[in-house]
Amino acid sequence: MAQAAIELIGINKSFGAVRANRDINLEIVRGTIHGIVGENGAGKSTLMSILYGFYQADSGEIRVGGQPASIKTPNDAIALGIGMVHQHFMLVDNFSVLENVILGAESDALLKKSIAKARSELERLEREYGLEVDPDAIIEELPVGLQQRVEILKALYRGAEILILDEPTGVLTPAEADHLFRILKQLKEQGKTVVLITHKLREIMAITDTVSVMRQGTMVATRETKKTTVEELAELMVGRRVLLRVEKGEAEAGGVKLAVKNLTVKDSRGVTMVDDVSFDLRAGEIVGIAGVAGNGQSELLEAISGIRHAVSGSVMLDGRPIDLTGKADPGELRDRGLAHVPEDRHHVGLVLAFEENENSILGYHDDPRYLKGPLLNIEAIRNDAKDKITKYDIRPADCRLKTANFSGGNQQKIVLAREMEQDPGVLIVGQPTRGVDVGAIEFIHKRLIAMRDQGKAVLVVSVELDEIRSLSDRILVMFAGRIVGERGPEATEGELGLLMAGVEQREAAE
Amino acid sequence: MDIFTAIVQILDSTIRLSVPLLLACLAGLYSERAGVFDIGLEGKMLVGAFAGAAAASVFHSAFLGLGMAILISVVFALIHGFASITHRGNQIVSGVAINFIAAGSTIMLGQHWFQQGGRTPALAPGERFEAITWPGVDAVRDVPIIGPIYSELISGHSILVYIAFLMVPFTWWVLFRTRFGLRLRAVGENPAAVDTAGISVAWLRYRALICTGILTGVAGAYLSMVQNGGFVKDMTAGKGYIALAALIFAKWKPVNAMFACLLFGFLDALSIRLQGTPLPLIGKVPVQFMQALPYVLTVILLAGFIGKAIPPRAGGVPYVKER
Repeated sequence: MAQAAIELIGINKSFGAVRANRDINLEIVRGTIHGIVGENGAGKSTLMSILYGFYQADSGEIRVGGQPASIKTPNDAIALGIGMVHQHFMLVDNFSVLENVILGAESDALLKKSIAKARSELERLEREYGLEVDPDAIIEELPVGLQQRVEILKALYRGAEILILDEPTGVLTPAEADHLFRILKQLKEQGKTVVLITHKLREIMAITDTVSVMRQGTMVATRETKKTTVEELAELMVGRRVLLRVEKGEAEAGGVKLAVKNLTVKDSRGVTMVDDVSFDLRAGEIVGIAGVAGNGQSELLEAISGIRHAVSGSVMLDGRPIDLTGKADPGELRDRGLAHVPEDRHHVGLVLAFEENENSILGYHDDPRYLKGPLLNIEAIRNDAKDKITKYDIRPADCRLKTANFSGGNQQKIVLAREMEQDPGVLIVGQPTRGVDVGAIEFIHKRLIAMRDQGKAVLVVSVELDEIRSLSDRILVMFAGRIVGERGPEATEGELGLLMAGVEQREAAE
Repeated sequence: MDIFTAIVQILDSTIRLSVPLLLACLAGLYSERAGVFDIGLEGKMLVGAFAGAAAASVFHSAFLGLGMAILISVVFALIHGFASITHRGNQIVSGVAINFIAAGSTIMLGQHWFQQGGRTPALAPGERFEAITWPGVDAVRDVPIIGPIYSELISGHSILVYIAFLMVPFTWWVLFRTRFGLRLRAVGENPAAVDTAGISVAWLRYRALICTGILTGVAGAYLSMVQNGGFVKDMTAGKGYIALAALIFAKWKPVNAMFACLLFGFLDALSIRLQGTPLPLIGKVPVQFMQALPYVLTVILLAGFIGKAIPPRAGGVPYVKER
């Protein structure tokens, strides 16, 4: 008889007036992969944080391996064999991989011994699960995909038997996600229990054994994955039918809005990240840049938006060059009609400590619409924010709330609303729907296509191949800093996947 | 030979003058690396100086004085911790408050206990830390160059001077070679990572502040029990702030901190040496100008010559679990 690894009985948790979890009951069977799906803000992460001891439930009981467990701190959870990979990585950016792995689990008071032990242990884990990562690399120099591996290694190093992953593929490419799934399957075969929190239904179908659906803090259903469908789960999550792929007409590409020519960018270590890249972006089209994370897309995006120094090449916006010394004035670029939705909304796109309405005009705060003489016109700003909240369905609908208190998907909508509502001629978007739920993805995609249909030029960089294929009129594939191919939207996933893996076009055709 | 002697003398007083800066700077390094800004170094040194001199003169023991200096300074560090860690108060405000309390309470208690206008009684020989003469000093004193360096620069300081300089490699070792140091640096960069790793952020930061308290205590004891034979009101005279400046200048690294403090000490020594001495071409420079020199240079150095100083990323921010 299958034994329960974890049982949650009658869990309740409130943050102020918000009831994040209401009377949750859940049983997770040992040695299975259990998915928990739900929209952003449905309470999935809160529930798992309670299990990991990061929060205390207001009421309810947790049982681990059949025994009632009191989990007051993450330490208790770790001792019970529960490991967690957080959505926002809990890594010290300027530490090495090894230092991050041993932090809190040092075997010795002196680092030398702890590190030596961790190094050999890490090598073993790398071999066993295919989790290769340079143990001496500094975290902030690693692409996000590798940073996540470090998080998984951290949990495994602590001897986790139950591994909770919170939105693990939000930052991964299809190939990386597949790799992750292989790892998870291996873990399952070894008798470990995996809890996968996600809002991506495809992943649920691909990998889980059972799936629970949460909506607005309650557990609405638990299904055996084999016996359910994507459509059923989507409906359970959102409470209504959703379109999984947005309809769009033919693009009517006009004149060149943005011309990138022979652009080369190096990172702080002098490694070439973008290598002699040229392409045009025309009015009325969406160009998608596909590629495995860390192949130069981020750097390309940053160089074009004027915040990263380019070694050589040129970028012309409406026929006039953009300053590529890395010292361009972003305000000037905005005035010239270039809007940029950065990949990393936490660090670049938002000031999390600000109120929502402040973030919704950030960077445009010297626009006369928001000013009353030399002062900010608070009323106009708040009204403007309220309009955006309504239009983009940002939840909770409170423009005075601190931005940090919005869920990831809603934070993304705040940034998108800010940039799109300025009616820019060129919109550059990095990872438009990272961490965003199904209902909102549909909405964001529709907005992007609407912008295109208004004759705007849109450049989308995404590691979600589905997203690239569904949005783009032309797809450019980046590999190792170069554009290795251009395809139409009809290109198959397999074809693009090969390009993204760096397999030459000719070989791919054969 | 005259110039050489003068140089040795200036370097000798450089060492003496940089010791309190160095101790305070290292003290600040522990707390700031753990993510707690500490503008109250000044106040903690001051209470340390007072407690040290007072205890030494009452109990007639230099070491009891040092112990009391450390104890009281740690208590003040914990008050800062209570306000800024436990109650998540503003760290700057808490630090400033500590400076005020220190300045006022030392004078008040001093006057109440000793009736000497806020001073403590002059310390007798056994009540202060005496200079230690190294073996063979007399034998080499007359050897050119090496003699004066050995007998003046290396030998002839109090135990606290040697402790201060030994604290540099020790602090480096603690920070970069021990588990405690790894966690301390981590909590100053990303406390959430420390929290999710199952380590108490608060307790870790408290321990860092205890280290700070110990070192500011020693710094205070040095001022009142080595450099001066007793406590004088406001005797720290801004050294806590200079130490903070040195800390930024040193980019929060122990060995850099030593050189930064030596530089500030050197400027101080130079200004004392040059007071009243006419300079070639310029002539006699007002005393006030020479006294202001170290501070002017501090501003210049901090404004333009240190490049990018990246403070610990979580510095100054009380840790609150985010949803």
